[in-house]
Amino acid sequence: MGDRLETCFERLRTQGRSGLFPFVTAGDPDLGFTRELLPLMTEAGADGFEIGVPFSDPLADGPTIQRSSMRSLTGGTRLSGVLEMVGEVRADIPDTPLVLMTYYNPIIAMGLSEFVRGASQVGADAVIVPDLPPEEAGALLGIMKDYPLEPVFMLAPTSTQERIELVNDVGGGFIYYVGQMGVTGARDALDSDLGATLGRINRVKNRPVLVGFGIKTPEQAAEVAGYADGVIVGSALIDVMEAEASREDKMRAACDYIASLREGLDRSKTVS
Amino acid sequence: MSEMVSRGRFGRFGGRYVPETLMPALEELEVAYQEARSDPAYHEELAYYLREFVGRPTPLYLAERLSDHLGVLRVYLKREDLCHTGAHKINNTLGQVLLARRLGKTRIIAETGAGQHGVATATAAALFGLDCDIYMGEEDIGRQSLNVFRMRLLGARVIPVTSGSKTLKDATNETLRDWTASVRTTHYIIGSVVGPHPFPEMIRECQSVIGREARAQILEAEGRLPDACVACVGGGSNSIGLFHPFVNDEDVELIGVEAGGRGLDTEEHGASLTAGRVGVLHGCETFLLYDDDGQIIPAHSVSAGLDYPGVGPEHAHLKDSGRARYVTVEDHDALKAFQMLSVLEGIIPAFESAHAISWLDRLAGETREAGGMKTVVLCLSGRGDKDVHQAEGLLTEMLDDEEVR
Ligand SMILES: Cc1ncc(COP(=O)(O)O)c(C=O)c1O
Repeated sequence: MGDRLETCFERLRTQGRSGLFPFVTAGDPDLGFTRELLPLMTEAGADGFEIGVPFSDPLADGPTIQRSSMRSLTGGTRLSGVLEMVGEVRADIPDTPLVLMTYYNPIIAMGLSEFVRGASQVGADAVIVPDLPPEEAGALLGIMKDYPLEPVFMLAPTSTQERIELVNDVGGGFIYYVGQMGVTGARDALDSDLGATLGRINRVKNRPVLVGFGIKTPEQAAEVAGYADGVIVGSALIDVMEAEASREDKMRAACDYIASLREGLDRSKTVS
Repeated sequence: MSEMVSRGRFGRFGGRYVPETLMPALEELEVAYQEARSDPAYHEELAYYLREFVGRPTPLYLAERLSDHLGVLRVYLKREDLCHTGAHKINNTLGQVLLARRLGKTRIIAETGAGQHGVATATAAALFGLDCDIYMGEEDIGRQSLNVFRMRLLGARVIPVTSGSKTLKDATNETLRDWTASVRTTHYIIGSVVGPHPFPEMIRECQSVIGREARAQILEAEGRLPDACVACVGGGSNSIGLFHPFVNDEDVELIGVEAGGRGLDTEEHGASLTAGRVGVLHGCETFLLYDDDGQIIPAHSVSAGLDYPGVGPEHAHLKDSGRARYVTVEDHDALKAFQMLSVLEGIIPAFESAHAISWLDRLAGETREAGGMKTVVLCLSGRGDKDVHQAEGLLTEMLDDEEVR
């Protein structure tokens, strides 16, 4: 299963391009905005999306995504509403992979089965739960295996060889490599060990690797893409939208920014 | 295929729900902790500092006027308020700083609510010359300014936390965020029996010195075990420290007292065991306060140390299995007990401990109804100096109105 993700990575491979997966917090500032924004960013060059479900205590996230989550929660976003929105936007971007990213407690509150059923019904392709390492994921994996929903796990600069193999074995979809120690947030410089750790992962991986956390400029995106199958850009995108006041300006700024990342990624591939 | 097992479970509770970046550090910590546990040198070193620095063993004091006042209870107070720094928290911070040194970590971080754990952490860090950063919610910084100054005096940096509800849960988030970035050089001393494995077990082991001493002391004083052990429950460390050595003594009733805040019919309380649901926060599966959408509800209590929307997973298990009973005491009643113990025994308790004291009134009622007498060991987890300023505002009216003497 996981057709859309597989097809997407297959297409990228044959085109010799890197994947660009923006992260947005669903419902920041409201769900209608997110619903409109995703198709526009697809046109601007995004290959797929991570859709963040806001949580009151996002302990893997830095100030940008904390603020974004708060805005979304203050606006009344609920997990059930996010799923509905995914279902609606699915009609506009039928082939684009949509990956839900949520902390575990909202899933528990909804009920594991109901969440998995709901997420696959609306056409989500994968789920990432940042506070659910493989060791604790047994219950959720047991339910997900009967649905076309891929469990994506993370690896980090501290991950041992054993853990790299574990995530490679039990995960689905792609591997999310956390490119920085610490929480999400745009950084001015990338981790100097990035190439080395990704090398260790690339030697064992049997699925694509996307790198997230800390990526801001087209140059950084291009550098990271040299070691991986694509990039995830979240905080920097949200920063760009935060700087604008009106909805139209936020959307325009987001699309311009995505287009600039797309260009950076594509240029680096044609050069090399 | 690689092994995939959940570790550190108490019944169905506990576990290790953290971002991948922290998983290797927790594995490393678990190994170091197991090595330390079976190393006599670690125990000797810890025992030395507990005796010479903390002032252990703490007395088990028969509170005679309090017992007379209650009529049917014979109350022994386990005097953790007499520990250096004024609360049980130092038992944990010393044990963990010794571990951090074994791990070669040079920096210590911690969250704090009331400031008691922050002070105890800053103290242990000062003792061994380690760098120390303490995260504290802005709300709590306002409530506990004296402890903020104490931490700084001890050489620690106090970092205000302005996210979320600006209290203990947010300080815990922020400390975990720091740790994901700094884990290679830094040890995180969690302040209660919460967090990912091995913290709940490790901290329980550090705090069990309370119950081990109390058990020997009551046997010495009474020639038998108590009928009940009573302690307040925030994250649950002083209570599990008292309870754990009595868990297999089935005739000893274990009673944990949670913060009832402004009442369980409001959302303003800290009673995660009594009124919460099972969920995942700060790395463990346990009873929590959250809404229908899984969003954490900020706790409320007059005492900053009980102001936490979760509770240690071992307590969740003790509740589930029926081995311990969990009850609540509201702000107002805790304040009355704060005053009562001061007047009757010349001991000003921490607001947190005052919750446990207050429950004695109701335990006395139950006991009278059943027509008996009970011997009780109560953990007086801390002294009330930190709360005197806040109490002045809250209690002056009450002192004019009511007559306890
Ligand atoms: C004196 C005192 N008692 C109790 C507590 C509550 O914590 P725990 O339930 O972990 O003992 C605190 C927390 O700050 C405290 O300072």
